[in-house]
Amino acid sequence: MVKEVRLPEVSENVESGVVTEVLVSKGDTVEVDQPIIELETDKAVLEVPSSEAGTVTEVLVKPDQEIKIGDVIIKVDTGGAEKKTEKKEEKKPSEETPSGKEAEAGEKEPESREKPGKEKAEREEEAGEETAEEKEKEKKAEPEEPRRPKYEPPKISEPVPASPSVRRLAREIGVDIQQVAGTGPGGRISEDDVKAHAKQIVTRGGAAVPQRKLPDFSKWGEIERESFSTIRRITAENVAYSWSTIPHVTQFDEADITEVEEFRKQYGSKVEEAGGKLTVTAILLKVLAAGLKAFPRFNSSLDMNAQEIIYKKYYHIAVAVDTNHGLIMPVIRDVDKKNLIDLSLELGDIAMRARKKKITPDELEGGTFTISNQGAIGGTNFTPIIFPPQVAILGVSRAAVRQVRTDDGFKARLILPLSLSYDHRANDGADAARFLGWIVKALEEPLLITLEG
Amino acid sequence: MAESDRKELVVIGGGPGGYAAAFMAADLGMKVTLIDPGENPGGTCLYRGCIPSKSLLHVAKLIMESRDAKEWGLTFEEPKIDIDKLRTWKNDVIGKLTGGLGQLAKQRKVEHVRGMAKFKDAHTLEVNMVEGGTQTMPFETAILASGSEPATIKSLMIDSPHLLNSTTALDLPEIPEKMLIIGGGYIGLEMGTVYASLGSRVSLVEMTSGLLPGVDRDLVAILARRIKANFESVMLNTTVKALSPQKNGIKVSFEGDEAPDGDRIFDKVLMAVGRRPNSEGLGLENTGVEINERGFAKVDEQRRSAEPSIFVIGDLAGEPMLAHKATHEGRIAAEAIAGSKIAYEPQAVPAVVFTDPEVAWAGLTETQAKEQGKEVAIAKFPWGASGRALTLGRSDGLTKLIIDPSNERILGVGIVGPGAGELIAEGVVAIEMAATALDVSLSIHPHPTLSETIMEAAEAFYGVPTHIYRPKKK
Repeated sequence: MVKEVRLPEVSENVESGVVTEVLVSKGDTVEVDQPIIELETDKAVLEVPSSEAGTVTEVLVKPDQEIKIGDVIIKVDTGGAEKKTEKKEEKKPSEETPSGKEAEAGEKEPESREKPGKEKAEREEEAGEETAEEKEKEKKAEPEEPRRPKYEPPKISEPVPASPSVRRLAREIGVDIQQVAGTGPGGRISEDDVKAHAKQIVTRGGAAVPQRKLPDFSKWGEIERESFSTIRRITAENVAYSWSTIPHVTQFDEADITEVEEFRKQYGSKVEEAGGKLTVTAILLKVLAAGLKAFPRFNSSLDMNAQEIIYKKYYHIAVAVDTNHGLIMPVIRDVDKKNLIDLSLELGDIAMRARKKKITPDELEGGTFTISNQGAIGGTNFTPIIFPPQVAILGVSRAAVRQVRTDDGFKARLILPLSLSYDHRANDGADAARFLGWIVKALEEPLLITLEG
Repeated sequence: MAESDRKELVVIGGGPGGYAAAFMAADLGMKVTLIDPGENPGGTCLYRGCIPSKSLLHVAKLIMESRDAKEWGLTFEEPKIDIDKLRTWKNDVIGKLTGGLGQLAKQRKVEHVRGMAKFKDAHTLEVNMVEGGTQTMPFETAILASGSEPATIKSLMIDSPHLLNSTTALDLPEIPEKMLIIGGGYIGLEMGTVYASLGSRVSLVEMTSGLLPGVDRDLVAILARRIKANFESVMLNTTVKALSPQKNGIKVSFEGDEAPDGDRIFDKVLMAVGRRPNSEGLGLENTGVEINERGFAKVDEQRRSAEPSIFVIGDLAGEPMLAHKATHEGRIAAEAIAGSKIAYEPQAVPAVVFTDPEVAWAGLTETQAKEQGKEVAIAKFPWGASGRALTLGRSDGLTKLIIDPSNERILGVGIVGPGAGELIAEGVVAIEMAATALDVSLSIHPHPTLSETIMEAAEAFYGVPTHIYRPKKK
């Protein structure tokens, strides 16, 4: 029986996405939950699992195609008519030699995103066989490109409910009229609407700065171009937005975690029994949840339009995870309500799933604060970038043993460098010094958590 | 061959696109050179299109009305037509208008070079001068407005003085007794209307199933009724198989649903199968200008072609191939070159067929809405309920609005009836201003005029037009 696999509701408010990769092809055998395509939504890239098991009889999507929830992705022969399936499988080896299959895959591949770059590289390699003259010509031809204002076909868009003079004003002051909300009858956009929109962009600080022209790098040596991966693109957009709109200040401090480390060693096995690993990050999560309760403005967001601070009465902390395909920041919910064993298990789980691209878009949303721990990699300090609309992020560097003068003379202590980047619109320097000081103290004297947290 | 100084802006083509661009650029302070072979600016529209055809259509209207008047108790004798004098009058109109444009060019210090330009590269023209010789002309920026020419069906192109195109038909060589028009588009219908009123027995052949392909059928139906009454025959779903020249005419063989039995002989045959943009012979291959498969140049929102120093406007820049669109584009291109951040972004380009009755539309049509699967509400006001239409003895009209039901905005207007071409302007303003049907219904329109039909169509959208009774739905 042939069944259709449709695009399920992958996340709240996500209605469609663009296929970035098709992971199965006709004739493949798929299992339930086996990823069949990679889908890029506004929020994240995720793998869409198959809801059926069997043999793929038809693939109805291709890379770069936009698909909506409910669209058929593949058709799967679930083997209800088993004979048919068997027949097919019998036939296959004779029909398609392994090399033939490869050739087929090769044909499809150019549609995938990464390929053009690779192809170009290949082409350039081939060019090595061409005469030097031809190569020279090609090189010469290339720099011409960027100089020419790129031809862009006129956009065909829905008629905008704005008069010609208002449309012209918008264009002149660099406002995309399509983005302006009209306040008039039938959604008509007035001159005032355009101005209000422009003002909003300015207060948000977000007007796009035109990118400077790049020089022709190939003048100085060999180059290779590679398309942004989706994660690279999203990260680039997010940090650029954050950097250009949030007045960042970073506060540094150090915590003596000698005792925390002892605790970690002493009780680590307990967590291991439960199947996890007790890490400094897990402990920091717990401390942070308490700290955020004591300093609620670090767990807030700003509504610049309404000129209001939005306090959140929940403590969902995002954890930056470094993966092969880029930075992912899944959120651990209700950190304050979970114990260290729960948090350790959850941390291990999300880190593993992030690396396997199994994090759903929902899991990336709703964070109120972020922690980025580079301790495993190294470094003495860094200045992390806030993930908007959050107002602060804690950077953690590698702990080091240092000689510290105590009442009993110099002693070897394990010192953890911490750096707190915060939005100066939400908190002042003194607030940050107090908050980070509290965190340091809580790491050194954990009972503090029970006092204020 | 003289190497003159580098020109700041050259405008190639003196039609409504070219001269409007040249004038605007001059008004913005640029030094402008307009290249066109004509004695004065004007192009196809003034010399061979809009203006001569409208002069003749005015005459046609007068003749038709004098015939209609019989019904109202006013009988005229059949008019005596002095075709030479008529031709002279038409040419006088052209002369006055083009002469006026020549004056305007002089006053603006637009340099008019009479010749045909060809690109040698993206910054050099070679101009074949009308007075003889060639001139090499380096330039900074060019606006190309080379327009279009009548399209032809190659297999039917015979060498005969009796085979006309829109240009030669407008020259009014004579009033043929029997005339065939190939093509049921606006040119064929307008020219057919002229010749039919002057006394020719006009037949029309159209390959598709209706006149004015693409236009909303309810509008066309009203025009078709009168066309069928005034023309000898209208053959739909029919094509011309072959033309063969005769001594005093052309023998035509037909093929299709409504083809007559056997061949027919016509005194004149007018081929009116559309227009084709002029992209050849301009040396575009020496530039980066890209031409698409339909012969139009690829242009961006500002009408800049793929070659940054060359802008393209008018017929060569794409459909609709209409003078007023070219004029608007020309002004936009001039402003863009002057550095303004503007774009060609009309929401409604009006189209008018100057037949009797006229057909006009702007913005979204019902046909397009259907093709796009877009949900729209249609509000109609038939002219039978218009006092003004009845006083004109012409109740054969219809005004319709295409409305977005979600926000009641007017997205399109379609009108058929005498004077529809003048009325459509209100529709254009309504669409461009994002007016809602309520806005139009609340704007007082003068009584008794045909413009009230637009207001009442808007009222009809709300189910309460004054002059039509609609029983309430329960």
